[in-house]
Amino acid sequence: MRFLRNPDPAQQAARMRLRGMIRKEARQIVRDPSSIAIAFVLPILLLLLFGYGISLDAKHVPLGIVIESSSPEAAAFAGSFEQSEYLSPHRFGTIQEAEQALITHEVDGIVWLRNDFEEKLLSGANAPIGVIINGVDANTAHIIEGYVKGAWLSWLQQRAAEQAGELNLPVQLQQRVWFNAELRSQNFLVPGLIAVIMTLIGALLTAMVIAREWERGTMEALLVTPVTAKEILLGKLLPYFVLGIGGLALSVGMAVWLFGVPLHGSLPVLFISSSLFLIASLGMGLTISTVARNQFVAGQIAIIVSFLPAFMLSGFIFDINSMPPAVQVVTYLLPARYYVSILQTVFLAGNVWKVIGLNSLALIVFCAFFLGIARRRMSKRLE
Amino acid sequence: MWNHLKALIVKELLAVLKDKKSRLVLIAPPLIQLMVFGYAATFDMNHIRYAVFNEDHGAASRELLAHFEHSDTFECVAQLDGDAQIAPVIDNKEALLLLRIPSDFSRNLALGQTANLQANVDGRNSNSAMLVLNYVQSMVSSFNTDWMQDHGESPLPAHLVVRSWYNPNLVSRWFIVPGIVGLLTLLVTLLITALSVAREREAGTFDQLLVTPLRPFEILLGKALPAVIIGLLEATASILIIVFWFKIPLLGSLLALYLGLFLFLLSSIGVRLMISSLAVTQQQGLLGAFLFFVPAIILSGFSTPIANMPEILQALTLLNPLRYFIVILRGVFLEGATVSLLWSQYWPMALIGLFCLFTAGTLFRRRMV
Repeated sequence: MRFLRNPDPAQQAARMRLRGMIRKEARQIVRDPSSIAIAFVLPILLLLLFGYGISLDAKHVPLGIVIESSSPEAAAFAGSFEQSEYLSPHRFGTIQEAEQALITHEVDGIVWLRNDFEEKLLSGANAPIGVIINGVDANTAHIIEGYVKGAWLSWLQQRAAEQAGELNLPVQLQQRVWFNAELRSQNFLVPGLIAVIMTLIGALLTAMVIAREWERGTMEALLVTPVTAKEILLGKLLPYFVLGIGGLALSVGMAVWLFGVPLHGSLPVLFISSSLFLIASLGMGLTISTVARNQFVAGQIAIIVSFLPAFMLSGFIFDINSMPPAVQVVTYLLPARYYVSILQTVFLAGNVWKVIGLNSLALIVFCAFFLGIARRRMSKRLE
Repeated sequence: MWNHLKALIVKELLAVLKDKKSRLVLIAPPLIQLMVFGYAATFDMNHIRYAVFNEDHGAASRELLAHFEHSDTFECVAQLDGDAQIAPVIDNKEALLLLRIPSDFSRNLALGQTANLQANVDGRNSNSAMLVLNYVQSMVSSFNTDWMQDHGESPLPAHLVVRSWYNPNLVSRWFIVPGIVGLLTLLVTLLITALSVAREREAGTFDQLLVTPLRPFEILLGKALPAVIIGLLEATASILIIVFWFKIPLLGSLLALYLGLFLFLLSSIGVRLMISSLAVTQQQGLLGAFLFFVPAIILSGFSTPIANMPEILQALTLLNPLRYFIVILRGVFLEGATVSLLWSQYWPMALIGLFCLFTAGTLFRRRMV
């Protein structure tokens, strides 16, 4: 209690200096509106673009269908494609026409029933059905293949039912998808996007701020004041942290209300882990800023280390487990990797403590690392 | 005019390359990123970690599981023996897939009835989940075919024979890696031009440029050409890496590729200079750079197909030079496309480039008045 009533004058002065730094930084933010734009306009714009623009759900895939000799069996088979909302069939007279359409990208695949389809089918000779897919986009090709298989299976079942029997497959697969039953790709992409966007915001907000002081010569002015290096860093960090958290809240709100992504975990968990990540990425920006010393290079480094690595290596879209081991090691160096894992789990699966705890621990290490480096680079300059 | 331009280009190249840090930033990271991303960017699944909960102890279930064990695609990480163990294995991401075989599996099969195999998949990454299910489905199909053959049952009345063009083994790396050239070329030109006008303006040297006998158009070309030169060099290096390191076939004509590359450089630099000439501070320049760079990648069809987007966004992609260049890259690399097949991709880029350069030139001129 005595401590509170009679505060240590040195501490009081320190607190005042910090407040002054924060006030200065806040004014600078308000006067160049581009910082506010980064924190609020950027997330809205990016979430809208990403949320709607990135989708792995192929729908209404144009599919060419060639039936060389028409028969009720062939017509029934072609009919099974009409029912699928994923495929939009186009009929072609000959396989040559259909192949031409495949070359010019009018269709993404072809289903081909030859002349002898009916004959082989009825004789029980396991009639072949030709399927040709444009394999350039391998992922979409896999998905189309899956759709065609589904249509084929449902046709087989329908056919068996009409012939008063059941399709007697030895083993039937019953599939259940956890956390995202209808396999909506938005549910998995939007939480990951928040990580990519927060990486961008964190790096952009702080990458320039210390470099700017050096470039304009105001850093020397700061250094001759009693403000310590720690206070300069904190003064730079706190206002941008507040801005960043604002941007984050906006993103989470949009994810839940606009994109309809379920949030199964709890908000405090989301808030704490996000704060850790934000501090880590702001710290990264500050580190870039202290290392580069001029805005041009700081800006270049921020562009290189922030967006593309977070986009490609964080597991936000490309599954980390599918990468070669050497590249997997590289992903451990990215804070975004841990945050994506936390976000996907908190949104879709809930508070799974093991996943959240381990990843948060990694983020704490990054916070300490970046702030430590920024602090060291700062004090060297003070000497 | 030519002398003016030469001096200006030399000056711009020096401004970009004289600083050691800036030189390093420009050359090393794009090439390193090509290597790392080239390996990282894959939608193909290998080593799918799965757990097994086998309640059946018959021979048939062991035979089915042996199919999975012998596959390179799957990797067994746990054998469970209780219901309670299922949720943690998936929740904690220890396994992506849980195969559960009910206790009547072998009995049903022996009786000639349909036996069930339950596949539980972690849907946190919905694309992986869908691919895993596709793989499991094909394992089950091949097991079924074998079983019917071995037990003298009549085969299914029809089967699918699937063939894929251009990329027979459906390697998703073939699709992604050529696109990375587009991405990195965009990145390099962005790094060069993003802050160049804003920096001069902040330092006050832009006014000095404006009072020289240089015409605005020449200043513009002086800013654009160094970026074109460096972009061409780096793109060539990337293409060599893709062909000789990643061994991705380059089937089409180099002429078609380089015509596309040149038009792409022209148009993307045009857009950049237009944005750059609007920015007053370097921070605004950086923000503008990002506001172009990030959407350009998202709306290019690089990672996800344009056809999956809502129609408004699909219309928006028509303004994006990268969209056309990515089509050209994939067409030339994988489909063996020629200049004549790609006309529809060339002219929009030329149009975008000319429009933006003209606008940037006008903006320069207006600053002078």
